[in-house]
Amino acid sequence: MKVMLSTTVNGEQVQEAVLPRTSLADFLREDLGLTGTHLGCEMGACGACLVLMDGVPVHACLVLAVQAEGSTIETIEGLNETGAAADLQARFHDRNALQCGFCTNGMLMSAQALLEANPAPTRDEIRDALSGNYCRCTGYEAIVDAIDTTARDRAARTEAAK
Amino acid sequence: MKLPSFEFLRARSLAEAWALHSDAGGDAVYLSGGHSVVPSMALRLQAPSRLIDISQIAELHGVELQGDALRIGAMTRHAEVLANPLIARHAPLLSRAAPHVAHPAIRNRGTIGGNLALADPASEFPAAVLAMRAELEVMGPEGQRMIAADDFFLDLYETALIPGEVLTAIHVPLPPEGRMFGFDEIARRRGDYAMVGVAAQADLSDGVVSDASVTLFSVGVTPMRATAAQDALKGAPLSTDSIARAQAALATDLDPPDDPGFPAERRLQLARVLLGRVLTRMEAVQ
Repeated sequence: MKVMLSTTVNGEQVQEAVLPRTSLADFLREDLGLTGTHLGCEMGACGACLVLMDGVPVHACLVLAVQAEGSTIETIEGLNETGAAADLQARFHDRNALQCGFCTNGMLMSAQALLEANPAPTRDEIRDALSGNYCRCTGYEAIVDAIDTTARDRAARTEAAK
Repeated sequence: MKLPSFEFLRARSLAEAWALHSDAGGDAVYLSGGHSVVPSMALRLQAPSRLIDISQIAELHGVELQGDALRIGAMTRHAEVLANPLIARHAPLLSRAAPHVAHPAIRNRGTIGGNLALADPASEFPAAVLAMRAELEVMGPEGQRMIAADDFFLDLYETALIPGEVLTAIHVPLPPEGRMFGFDEIARRRGDYAMVGVAAQADLSDGVVSDASVTLFSVGVTPMRATAAQDALKGAPLSTDSIARAQAALATDLDPPDDPGFPAERRLQLARVLLGRVLTRMEAVQ
C-alpha cells in the first residue's frame, strides 16, 4: 500500500504517494525525473547515488523514500540551479577529473559536503571523504587535485573579500 | 537489487513499537538508520512483511551522563559517535572505532544501536562495547533489562535480544583517571571490513597493569574477549615483555575460522601483529 510522503527536494515542497519499497534514489529518478542521482551498486558501496539529506551526504539507494518524510533533500540538479558547486564543477573540468562521468555527481556531493564542513582539508582528508565513492575510469589523483584546488580558490576568495 | 514489498509503519513510542511487532506475529523488523536492514533486504537475506520505523522514539535519542555511566541512545548515528565530546571523553574507544566504520555517507545514517543489534562479527562497535564492559539497555513489553556486553553477542548475527525487544541505549561505565585506550584494525581498504581488529584498555597502579580488557573482532562468529592475553598483561608494567606474552597468549584465546584464501593461521598472525601495535602505542603514551 502506498504511503503519503511529504518532503522538500531542491527547495520545492513535494507531496507524493510512494510504495514503502521505493528507495529515495528511485523516487527522485522515476517520480520526480531527477536522473542526476545515479544508481551503481545499489548497496551503499559505490557512492554514485549520493544526495544531501538535511545537509549531509547519504546514499539515496539505502534510504527508503518514506524515511525522507519531513526532511530536506538536495540533488545534483539543486546544486546546479543554485550554482553552489559551480567552481568545483569547473575545477573537475579543468583537471579532467572525470571520464565517463557516471560517478561525478556523487563525487561532487561528497566534495561539496566536505568543503562545507572543512574548508581547508588535507589531501588525506579529501581521500578519506571520497573513500565511499568509486571511479572506475579516470583514477583519483585528478579528482583529489580538483577538490584541493577548489578549497584553495575558496579560501583565497574569502581572504580577498575581507 | 530492488527491495521486496513490505508494509511500513512508524512507531511514536516503545509501547507502539512492541504492539506493531507482536501484531505482525514476529514477521517484522525494526528500522533505525536502515543501513543494514535495507541492503540485506535488497539481497533477499531477509524479507519481513513489516518494517517498524523506531527512529522517532524519544527514549532512543541523546547522549548524557547518568550517575557513573555515559548513556548513549541507540539512535545515535555513527557520525555523532565520531564527533560527540562526551563520547570522546568517557567512551574514547567508540570515538576511535568510528572512523573505521564504513564511509562518511554511511556514518551519516547508520546508528550505533542498529549496528550492535545486527552483531556483525567484523564490526567495530561490538568489540569496543565489549572492551569497555558496557551494559546494553534493552526494553520490551516485559520491562527493562540491562545486559552486559559479554552476554549480549551470542553467535553470528545473533544477540540476547528476545524478538520484539528494542535495544534502547548503551551504558558505558565512566573510566578512572589515567586509563589507557587502544584501537586499530587491518583492512584491505579504508572503511572496508576488517581482516582483524583490536580494542583494548588498561589501568595502571604504581606502574603495574592492575586491569586489562582486550577484545578482538573479525576473528570468529562474535567479537571475542581475549582473556589469556588480558591475564598476561596484568600484574606487570606494560612493556615489550608483557606485550610479547599477551601476543603469545592469543593462540589460547582465538580459534579463527579457516577461510578459503585467508587461512586461520594467517588471521591469528595478523591478530598478534595488530595487538602488538596497539599495546606498543599504549605503552608509548602511558
